[in-house]
Amino acid sequence: MTEKKTNRRDFLFTATYAVGAVGAGAVIWPMIDQMNPDASVKALASTEVDVSSVDPGKTITVLWRGKPVFIRRRTQEEIAEAKSVDIEELKHPEKDEDRAKNPEWLVMLGVCTHLGCVPLDQKGDYNGWFCPCHGSHYDISGRIRKGPAPTNMEIPEYKFVDANTIKIG
Amino acid sequence: MSEHEYVPKSKAGKWFNDRLPLLTLANHLTDYPTPKNLNYWWTFGGILTFCLITQIVTGLVLAMHYIAHADMAFGSVEHIMRDVNYGWLIRYIHANGASMFFLAVYIHIFRSLFYGSYKSPREIIWIIGIIIYLLMMAAAFLGYVLPWGQMSFWGATVITNLFSAIPLIGEGIVTWLWGGYSVDNPTLTRFFTLHYLIPFLILGLVVLHIWALHIPGNNNPIGIDIKKPSKDTVPFHPYIVIKDGFALLMFMIVFAFFVFYTPNILGHADNYIEANPLVTPAHIVPEWYLLPFYAILRSVPDKLLGVIAMLSAILILAALPWLDTSKIRSAVFRPLYKQFYWILVADVLILGYVGAMPAEGLYLLIARIATAYYFLHFLVVLPILGFKERTTPVPLSITEPILGGSPNLATVKNKDSFKG
Repeated sequence: MTEKKTNRRDFLFTATYAVGAVGAGAVIWPMIDQMNPDASVKALASTEVDVSSVDPGKTITVLWRGKPVFIRRRTQEEIAEAKSVDIEELKHPEKDEDRAKNPEWLVMLGVCTHLGCVPLDQKGDYNGWFCPCHGSHYDISGRIRKGPAPTNMEIPEYKFVDANTIKIG
Repeated sequence: MSEHEYVPKSKAGKWFNDRLPLLTLANHLTDYPTPKNLNYWWTFGGILTFCLITQIVTGLVLAMHYIAHADMAFGSVEHIMRDVNYGWLIRYIHANGASMFFLAVYIHIFRSLFYGSYKSPREIIWIIGIIIYLLMMAAAFLGYVLPWGQMSFWGATVITNLFSAIPLIGEGIVTWLWGGYSVDNPTLTRFFTLHYLIPFLILGLVVLHIWALHIPGNNNPIGIDIKKPSKDTVPFHPYIVIKDGFALLMFMIVFAFFVFYTPNILGHADNYIEANPLVTPAHIVPEWYLLPFYAILRSVPDKLLGVIAMLSAILILAALPWLDTSKIRSAVFRPLYKQFYWILVADVLILGYVGAMPAEGLYLLIARIATAYYFLHFLVVLPILGFKERTTPVPLSITEPILGGSPNLATVKNKDSFKG
């Protein structure tokens, strides 16, 4: 058997394939990336909400990035209940303190982490939210307690601009 | 292709055919030797071609009036229903046409399962068929989103969220599919584009499906290889054309019944409420033709595993030619397979039923058992059956049970009485 030598033609082939692959990638990427959120969608990334009219025990729903955000002003009993839960028994262990910086206000995405439906307020076995689509039960801290959802309802980035205004995003 | 070289009679025909052999193709299609014992279950290929053309033509017309914009889509569909001349008719044909398409494709698929049409040498026909079926489901889902009603919106949300089950990159893929942070206008416009594209992809695959079919020729109810052309075959035209045509007329009566007498029975009332991202309808159910897979999705308590189970339930069909180890094609000569076949039919119907019911209590239990059995049928029953089953003797040809020479004793007896 003669030893296969790398000749000039092999080098030219490899170089051509390499340049071709880079070129194809450079053309394909814009075609893929055009489907990602565009500048006008990203521009709507934050929203400010006046919560002065929300009474304890009530939830308001606002739209942020096309998704509902639940803002619940919790009662003292609800806060006590949320804090009393044994973290060990949760599917997705999170302390209530980590979910509600100000325990009176729970701000979370009103989107079921299973397949994206909007859970119903004050329903379900845990006195919190219940998703009608596939039967996930959430507690008063928005933590998953029963059903197919894998994680707790998400907490968006938010801050209190002043005592009565929450800025989401 | 037919064995003799076709030569057009006219001089002009010959001139054209020498440059582009379209007349040879037409001749092949009319003379195409077809088994003479094909029953009415074999007419659904033609019916499906009709369904595809109906969807393309009505869809083309609807696209002249529909507006793919989140603020205007719902209104434009109502505009089609009320203002556009015959818009109600065209839309109802298109909407019910999707259901008729699936009705026909399910009969077509279960025909193949019964008569073993997926087995060697027809595996490629079968796999192309599965790809067509997958594209049909994609087209149906995308089309259902376009009217931008409540079911459109939340169906789109739930189905696109299936991709979020993929570890690490799932959320990124969902955002990419949406073109935003929720189902919204960018989602609608791309869904419209893809809904318009897919039927033409299906059309191309149908050509390949038929091309692949014309290499070995049709399977037949007794599932044996036949010589063609021979006494076992008849030319496609006029014999099969007339039979297909009659079956198509019967099918169109059913189609017309839905369109004219009960055009909304297969839809959901919630879809006549405009999409609202803040409120999810109390009971989300997909269209009837997706219910068995929906039941499988919900029967698994884990999100990722549920999605995997649902996809596997469809993709397992592509492996069927290799999972079924029996050399005998037709269930007519497979007494045990015939029973398991009907159990599978019942199993899929049960899955469809529980898929429409809430996922709790007894329904959930039934869904789990039916899901387990579905996979058991393909992964355990079929491979073992091919080795264990005692099949009944298969005739040598279609005509031989009558004219003699069959190894099947019962038919040989008949032959004797024939002579006597």
